[in-house]
Amino acid sequence: MEPPFAITLDVGSSRANHTGSWRVERPVYVDRQPPCSDACLAGERVQQWLYQAEPGDYEAAWRQLVEDNPFPAVMGRICYHPCETACNRAQLDEAVGINAVERFLGDLAIDRGWELPPAGSDTGKRVLVIGGGPAGLSCAYRLRRLGHHVRLVDSAVALGGMMRFGIPAYRLPRDVLDAEIERIIALGIDVGLEHTVEDIESERAEGAFDAVFVAVGAQLARRLDIPSGDSARVLDAISLLHRVADGDPPQLGLRVAVYGGGDTAIDAARTARRLGATDAVVVYRRNRGHMPAHGDELDEALAEGVTVRWLSVVDRVDPGRLVVEKVRLDDEGFPVPTGETEELAADSLVLALGQDTDLTLLERAPDVAVDDGYVQVEATMMTGEAGVFAGGDSVPSQRTATMAIGHGGRAALGIDAFLAGRDATDPPLAAPATFDRLNTWYFAEAPRTRRPELERARRVSTFDEVVGGLTEENALFEARRCLSCGNCFECDNCFGVCPDNAVIKLGPGERYRFDYDFCKGCGICVAECPCGAIDMVPEEI
Amino acid sequence: MTTQPVRFFQVGSFAVGNRLLPSGDRTVQSDADRTNSLDAGHRACQGCGEALGARYAIDAAMRATAGRLLVVNATGCLEVFSTPYPQTSWRIAWLHSLFGNAPAVATGMAAAMKVKGKTDVRVVGQAGDGGTVDIGFGCLSGMFERNDDVLFICYDNEAYMNTGVQRSGATPPAARTATTEAVGSQPGNVFGQGKDLPRLAMAHDIPYVATATVADLHDLEGKVERAMQIRGARYLHILVPCPLGWGSASSDTIRVARLAQETGLFPVFEAEGGQVTAVSPIRHRTPVEEYLSLQGRYAHLFGEHPSLDVIARIQAIADHNIARYGLDPGEHDDAGPEGGRP
Repeated sequence: MEPPFAITLDVGSSRANHTGSWRVERPVYVDRQPPCSDACLAGERVQQWLYQAEPGDYEAAWRQLVEDNPFPAVMGRICYHPCETACNRAQLDEAVGINAVERFLGDLAIDRGWELPPAGSDTGKRVLVIGGGPAGLSCAYRLRRLGHHVRLVDSAVALGGMMRFGIPAYRLPRDVLDAEIERIIALGIDVGLEHTVEDIESERAEGAFDAVFVAVGAQLARRLDIPSGDSARVLDAISLLHRVADGDPPQLGLRVAVYGGGDTAIDAARTARRLGATDAVVVYRRNRGHMPAHGDELDEALAEGVTVRWLSVVDRVDPGRLVVEKVRLDDEGFPVPTGETEELAADSLVLALGQDTDLTLLERAPDVAVDDGYVQVEATMMTGEAGVFAGGDSVPSQRTATMAIGHGGRAALGIDAFLAGRDATDPPLAAPATFDRLNTWYFAEAPRTRRPELERARRVSTFDEVVGGLTEENALFEARRCLSCGNCFECDNCFGVCPDNAVIKLGPGERYRFDYDFCKGCGICVAECPCGAIDMVPEEI
Repeated sequence: MTTQPVRFFQVGSFAVGNRLLPSGDRTVQSDADRTNSLDAGHRACQGCGEALGARYAIDAAMRATAGRLLVVNATGCLEVFSTPYPQTSWRIAWLHSLFGNAPAVATGMAAAMKVKGKTDVRVVGQAGDGGTVDIGFGCLSGMFERNDDVLFICYDNEAYMNTGVQRSGATPPAARTATTEAVGSQPGNVFGQGKDLPRLAMAHDIPYVATATVADLHDLEGKVERAMQIRGARYLHILVPCPLGWGSASSDTIRVARLAQETGLFPVFEAEGGQVTAVSPIRHRTPVEEYLSLQGRYAHLFGEHPSLDVIARIQAIADHNIARYGLDPGEHDDAGPEGGRP
C-alpha cells in the first residue's frame, strides 16, 4: 500500500523499544526465612502451612505441618510457641495465634482420621530408638518415612514419655496424645514397652542395629538435702505428676508448698490445687524476672489461686510447717541469704528442683562423651560413637517437648545420612525476612482471636482441659492474619504496580516472572511488595 | 468468648489482587488478561506515576465498556512518551488532538457516535494537569456545560513535566519548578488556591466528579466503573506523582501518592450533581513533613534551617481539607476495605 503523504515508516508497537536497557538495578524474586519458621524448635515451616490454611484447605496445611512434626494437636497445646514471640505481626498489632491454628489443624486431623504420609520403601537398615517420648517418637516417625526399620523401646508401660507422665491432663488430654502416638506407630514401628536398656553396646549388637538413637529423657528428680523433722511429707514433682498420670495421686493435704521456679513447679502447684489443696504456694529463691517458668503458665496458675513466695529458700521441713528464709539478690542476680526466717504452714513440700538423666546404659560406651550429666552431640545429633545419636532432655538444650521433637527429626536426618554414608549438611538458610522489609500498608488491621478458657472456678477442681480450641471460623481468621513474611503469597501487587507491564503473571501457584526486556528498574515492585519477597540487585556491567 | 466474622480480605486486603477472592471480585489490574491499554516499551521515566495511572484508568474503562471505547489524548507527557513516530504503546482506539482542545474533540467523537447510532461506544478524554486546568480549561468547561457524554480524566502531576517542569495552575504552594525557583524571600510556588479543578467541575453541577490516586487501585477502578455507568459529562482527577519533576525516588511513586492522601493534602472523594457523596477517610493520619521530605521540590523547606512557618502553612492546608471533606479516620467506623468496595 502506498503510504500517505509525508509518512515513510510503518506504524508499530512500542514493544520494539526494549526499555530494559535503561536499567542499572534489577528486581529479583526471593524466598526469605520467616521469623516463625526460624524460631520453631521442631523445624516447622510455619508460614507455609499457614499459607495452605488460608484458603481453607486444612488437610493440605496439616500435611505440610506433619512433614516436620507429627504432633500438631499436642504441640497446639503444650508448645511455648517461640514462633509467636518471633512473629513480625507483633510489631503491627499482635502476633498471629500460630499455636491455636496448629491445635485446630491437629484436632481436625484426629477428628477426620487423616493418616500420616506412608512409610518409605524398605532400605534394609535397622535403627534402635531408646525412649518413647517426643524425641524418640519424632525420630521413629521420620526414620520410618525414610524407609528404615525402627525398633522403639521404652521402660514405661505406655509411650509418650514426659508428655504422658510429666504434663498434667488439664494441659494435654490423654486421648489427644494417644491418637497422635497411634498414628505414628501405625506406620509400622516395632514397639517394646517396659523394656529398659541396660547396656547400649550389647543391645545394639544383639539386635544387629545399624544405628541407635538415645532419647531417654531426664527422669531423675534432683533432691536437696533439707533438714526435716520426723514424718515431714516431702516428695518430688516428677513422681507427683507421674502418680497423678497413673491415676494414683498421693495425699498432699490442704496446704502444699512447691519448691522451685520452673514449669514443673507450676504444673505441680496447679495439680495440687486440683487434688484439693486450698493453699498452693510456690517457694522460689529469685524474683519473677529470673523465673524460668513461662509467663503464660505462671499467669494461669495465679489466676487459679496459686500463690508465689518470691526470694525465699526452704531451711527446714517439719510436719505441718516449713521454715523459710528470705534472700536478696546480689548485683549479678544470685540469691544471698539474709538470715531472716519465718514459718509457712504446709502439710507437704513438693520439690521441683530440676531433673537429671539416667545414663547407666552408656557406661560401657566409652566413645560417647558425657559432660555434667548431659550427652555431648554434634550438630547432626551424633555422639562420639559412630552410629549412636542422642537427643531430647538427655543432651544440653532447653528441655521442652518442642525441642525434643526437633532433635528427633534432626537425628533422623543425621542417621539417614550416616546409613547412606553421606555428609549430613544442612542447606544454607535463606536470609531472614525482617519486619523492615514488609510494606504493612497492605494488611488490614485485625486483632488476634483469643482461645476460650475454662471458667476459672471450674478448672481448679477438675483435670479438664483449661484452654479450649478455636472454631473453624476463628482459626481461618487467625491463619489469614499471617503476613507471609519473605514469601510471595501472590497478591498481584508487583504485577499491578509496574508502570511498564514488565511483570508476567504465571497463574495460580506459579507466581510471577520479570520481563527484563522492559523492566526499567524503577523499584516500585520492591517498595510495594507487602511481604518483602523481592530484592533489588545491581546489574553487572 | 468474643468472635469476629471471617472477612475474606485479611490477607493482602489492600493489595492489587487477592487469591482468596472469587476472580470476578478482583481488580482489573490483577487479571493476567487485562487490556494493558498502555503497553510496554513506552518512553516514560522510571517509576512514572502517569503511565501507571493511565493504564489503571483505561484498563478499567475498557472492562466497564466491554472494549467499546474511544480515547482522545491532549498533548503532554502521556502523549509524547507513548507515541513517538512511528511507534505506539496504545492497544486501544486512541487519537491525539492538540494541547488545548481534547475535551472539544471528545465532544465531537461522542456526537459522531450518537449520529451513527453507536451509543454503546463510549468516549474518554485524557490530559495532564497543564492540558486540563490551564490550556484546555475553556474547552473542558464548555463540555461540562453542555453535559456531553464524555468522561474526562486529568492525570495530575502538578506541573508541565514534558517541557521541563514548569509551573501549572495545579502546582502546589512552595513547590520548586523551573519557573518557581527556590530563591528569594518566598522560594518556590506562591501560596494561594491555584486551580482546584475537581471543585470547579463540581461547580458545573455535572453528574459525576471524583478524585483518586495511583496509591489506591481499588478506589480508582471503582470510580472509573461508576463513571461509566453514568451518561453525561463526568470528571475524574487522578494524582500521579512524577519522580522527575517532584524529585522523588522512582521506587517511591506509590508511597508519595499514598502520603498525599494520608496527610490530607490530596482529598479523595466523589461527588454527584455537585454534592460530595463519599470520601475515602484517612487510614493513618500523617504530618505533612513525611510527604514533603521525600520530594526534592520541597528540599528548600528542610535542611539546616527548616522553614517551619512554611511547613506549618502547608499543614494548615491539609487540616483544612480534612475538616472540609470529613477525612478524619475517627469520624468513620472502619477504614478497612470491607467498609467500601472490595
